[in-house]
This record gives sequence, structure tokens and C-alpha cells, in this order.
Amino acid sequence: MLKLIQLAARNLLRYQRRSLLTSLLIVIGVAAVLLFMAISGSFKQLMIGQITDSMLGHLQLHRRGYVASIESLPLNMNMAPQMVARVTKELQQEPAVAAVSPRIKFGAMFSNFTETTSLRINGVEPEAEAAVLPLLPGRRLDGTRDGALLARGELLVPVLVARGLKVSPGDTVVLIATNRDGSVNGKTFKVRSTLESATGPGGRDGYIHIEDARELLRMAEPEVSEIAVRLKDPQMLDPVAVRLQATFDGVKNKMGQPALELHTWERLSPFANIAKMIDVLTLAIKIMLVSIVLVAVMNVMIMAVYERIREIGAIAAIGTPPGRILGMFLAEGLMLGTAGTMIGVAVSLAAVWALNIWQITYAFGQQKGLLLAPALGAGDVLATAAIVIVVAGLASLQPAWKASRMDPITALRHV
Amino acid sequence: MSLIHAEGLTKTYRIGDIDVPAVRGVDFTIEPASFVAFVGPSGSGKSTVLNMIGCLDHPTSGHISVLDTDVASLDRRASATFRGNHIGFIFQDFNLIPVFTAYENIEYPLIMVQNWPPEKRRTQVLAMLDAVGMADQANKRPDQLSGGQKQRVAVARALVSNSKLVLADEPTANLDHDTAHRIIELMKKMRDQLGTTFVFSTHDPKVMREAEVTYTLEDGRMAANSGVTHA
Repeated sequence: MLKLIQLAARNLLRYQRRSLLTSLLIVIGVAAVLLFMAISGSFKQLMIGQITDSMLGHLQLHRRGYVASIESLPLNMNMAPQMVARVTKELQQEPAVAAVSPRIKFGAMFSNFTETTSLRINGVEPEAEAAVLPLLPGRRLDGTRDGALLARGELLVPVLVARGLKVSPGDTVVLIATNRDGSVNGKTFKVRSTLESATGPGGRDGYIHIEDARELLRMAEPEVSEIAVRLKDPQMLDPVAVRLQATFDGVKNKMGQPALELHTWERLSPFANIAKMIDVLTLAIKIMLVSIVLVAVMNVMIMAVYERIREIGAIAAIGTPPGRILGMFLAEGLMLGTAGTMIGVAVSLAAVWALNIWQITYAFGQQKGLLLAPALGAGDVLATAAIVIVVAGLASLQPAWKASRMDPITALRHV
Repeated sequence: MSLIHAEGLTKTYRIGDIDVPAVRGVDFTIEPASFVAFVGPSGSGKSTVLNMIGCLDHPTSGHISVLDTDVASLDRRASATFRGNHIGFIFQDFNLIPVFTAYENIEYPLIMVQNWPPEKRRTQVLAMLDAVGMADQANKRPDQLSGGQKQRVAVARALVSNSKLVLADEPTANLDHDTAHRIIELMKKMRDQLGTTFVFSTHDPKVMREAEVTYTLEDGRMAANSGVTHA
């Protein structure tokens, strides 16, 4: 085995320029793919983090049909208190669930006493909401940023709305809302903070205490529009969603149909498509890498076999088993792929390290100063390296097979 | 008991629609530890006979046994194993592995064809290098050696795994007369030392004279033989 590797290494060094160019091609390919994965992964994780950790949570539970009518924020599709209690209990018993936050969502008129605009309002339990959306407290740009997310009588106003209506923390404003019976109610609030915009649905929502929401909407009983859920491990989103959906399918309405529907953040946010697009792009770039490695290694190995036909004839004549001849050429291809991969991985790790040192920032929608934090997971690196090495082996297989099947006499006569 | 026995050996190649006979029913017997030459002009069939002895090629008809094995019946893999275990080869163009040193070229069959343990391998390779007078050139690669030196390495490679039979197709064709003579002398010396049978092909009259047994082929037929002690 050692001799086989030694022979392969020396044969690669025999055609230094060709081996170097092929390795370089693999190095560039591997480094480009890993860098793309690191940067796009960073962007994707940041985007998903913004969506799940500051707006939507990982999962949301609604009454059946609510999401289809979500644009009008229908109050008549809220969950009744008994249903909320049952669902909350089920969620709290699920080991994968980290936190649960009930919300009342409604549309309201927001007035500074001289101007008025419409606003989507989330009535939340501050501690529960901060547990489900850990990035939400950090979106408070000014005012009192310490302590609970907000207190009774306080309002978090989206910064663009606050600027438009020239509202600052400490100002008194009015929210006017129509309740489910059609009567219009108003309530004054003190602006606690302005809230940094976040890209996506809910990125420009205002927040008040859930009790204030119930008071404003004059709810007879504590209804809830939706329940946002945070998971302990976001990677477990799909299996947990399937499990919970099965659980909640048991909750029926009066017509005997499932009364609830569970949505992952991916179903609720259009940005899930961008995340999927990034995955598709990554796959496309990986396919390109595979093509590059396949063509480059196969080309080199075909040439290697062609140039060494007499040599193959001689070693076959003196009794080298066909399998060992195949192994010789396979080892060359694998070595070429492995060397290129290892250098490519080293280059990409160095580039990722450098990018993190440089602290590059970028803007996304209304959000500015987002930090590019590329990172490479060991799994991604190992998977990419394995793909390249396997492809290098596969690319060598045909020329190696041809070499092993060569007739010694014909090979020895080759000019 | 003879080492090689051939009877009615025929080889016909088919080129397009035409059958081209290369060997036409030759008979010969080669004894152990003999020094045999197949001679004749180009195209006379001597290389084809050597290829059939070395199980590199199968006869179209007739019978050939080497070391009591019907080599014509061996398949591709069995042929390779038989060659690796019993037959050494010396080529006109030396055909050494260019990326290996003289030592490594001689060592090659012991690693890649047979599986000798490292210490035994080392002792055997050093003995062979010494026997062919190449001990001081052990670390040189083929491109640093002269033609004669390369062929000495090739002789050592052919003998290193204690082959009973060495086949040499025009082993001196690419060498000057003096070097050719020295290579033939070396082969004879190795035959004397190890009892190995050497069978070679040549069309060089000076080299022919060195053979103890000569089979002359013309147009694929056995035209004459000399030095044959029994049929």
C-alpha cells in the first residue's frame, strides 16, 4: 500500500506542471465553494435569525383559517381561553419547546394628537415574548432599553412610524381600535422606545402589553390571536412541527374538523424562499465544483494512462495483477483530489478567518451595519472534501480501469 | 523433465478479413537451466513464440506447457499470477519504471507482484544489485543510467523473485556490441549461479553465437535448430 502511494506521488511529481495546474483548479474550486457556503450561510443564518428571533418565532399556532385572513387581522378568529390553556399546556409539555408567547394581533390607528397613521399592534406578555424573540429587546433603539420589554401603558413604536409622526420616547400617543363587536375604543400610551425596523412580515409592528390590548379591545375573556413558539434546537423544526401538528389535529371544532393550524416560520415568511434559493445556489456551485474536479482529474488521468502505455505493458507483463494496476492509477487520482482539497480547505479557512478579522458590515433592507460573520461548520467542510475526493476517485476510475485491462503485448508495442 | 514443451504451436492473427499466420506448427523442448535463443529475421515469429511461452498470448492451436502448466488454458488473471510467480521478463527497451531508483525497480516485483516481507526483500534486492554489478548505482533513476546499466537492472528485476524462467525479447537490440556481449555474459553468469533458464530472441549473429541452444524460425516455421540435446 505504501509503495502504491509512493509510486502515485512520484508519478504525479513526474508531470509537475500538469499536476500543479490540476491541483490549483481543485484548490480554487474547493475554496470558492467553501467561501460561498460560509458567506451565504452567514447571511442566511442572520436573515433567519432576524425573522425567527425578533419577529415570528420558530412556530406559530392559530385558529384554523386565521393565516389565510391574516392581512385583516380578524379578531373573530381568535382562540378562546379554554383552547389557549389546553394548547399552552401541550406546548409546555413538549420537551423540544423552549418558550411560548401568546399574542393578540390587531390593527389600530396611531395618533400623536395632530397626525394619525395605521399600525399593526401585537399585545404580548413581555417576559414570554422576550423569551420567544430574544433579539426583540435589542431592537429598542432609544428610551429605556433595560429591564422588561415593556410595562403596562407603554408602547414600542416602529422607528419609521415614530420618525414620520415625530414621536420620541416618553411622548404620549393614542391607539384607537375597533373591537370584534364593531365599537371603536381608544387608549393613551407612553412611548417606551422606538423599534428598529426588521425586514419581513412583522418587521414594522408595534408592541403593547397583552392586558392593555384586551382593555383596548374590551375583550370579555382573555382571547389570543396566535401563540408563538421558540424551539430549543431550530434544526429540529420540521420533526417537532410534524409532532405538534399531530397533537393539535386532535383539537376539533364544532364541525369535527381540526380547530388549529401550526405553521413553521418558513410557511409564514417569504424570506424562507430566499433561504431556499441560497441552498439551491450552494447546490449549483457544488455541482460546478464536481464538474470541474471530474473533468480536470479525468483529463489528467487519461493523459497519464496514454503516456505510460508501454510502462503499463511492462508491469502487466511481469505479473502485476490487474487490480493493482487499477489501484496505482486510482491512487494517483485520489491523491490529486486529496491534495487539492486539503489546500483548498486551508485556503478557505484562512479566508474565513480574515473576513472575520476585517469585520465587514453590510445593509439589508432598512437594516444597516449588519456584520458579515462567515463560519464553516466541520460537517460542511468534511462533506465538501468527501465529495471532491470521491469525485476525483470516480474520475480516475475509467482511465484506471482501462489501464488495468490493457493487453500487455499491445501496450508494449505502443509507440 | 523439460521446462517448456511445445507441439504443433500455431498462432494466426486476424487483421481485418485476412488471417495472418505468425507461427505455423512449431515444436520445441527447452530443458531447465539452459540458455536458448530463438533467432530469425524480423517477422519470423520469434517474439510471438516468446509471448506464448510467457502466457502473454494464447496459441491458435497446438499445445504448450511451461513448468508442467498448460499455459494456453490460463485466463487473464491466472496468466498474470503465473508470470509473476515463475517468469521474469527482459525487454528490448528496458521498460524500467522511470520514477523509481534502480533499487526500487528491482524491488518492484517483490512488493507489487509478490508480497515479500521487508527484511527478506532488502536482502534479496541488495544481493541482486551486487550480482549484476549495480550495487554502487542503487539510488540512481533510469534516466541517470546508461543503456547497459538499465539492462543490468532489468536482468536483476527479472531474477529477483527467483524466477525459474527468464524471457528476453531482443535484450541487446538497443545496446552496442560490447555492452550486448557483457549483458549476454551476465545472463549466462546468472544462469550458472541460479540455475535459471534463459530464453531470448535475437537477430544479431554475434549474440546468436552465445546461445547454447538455437531455434531458427523463418516465416513462422522452425527452419533449424542447433545444440538441442534431445527432441
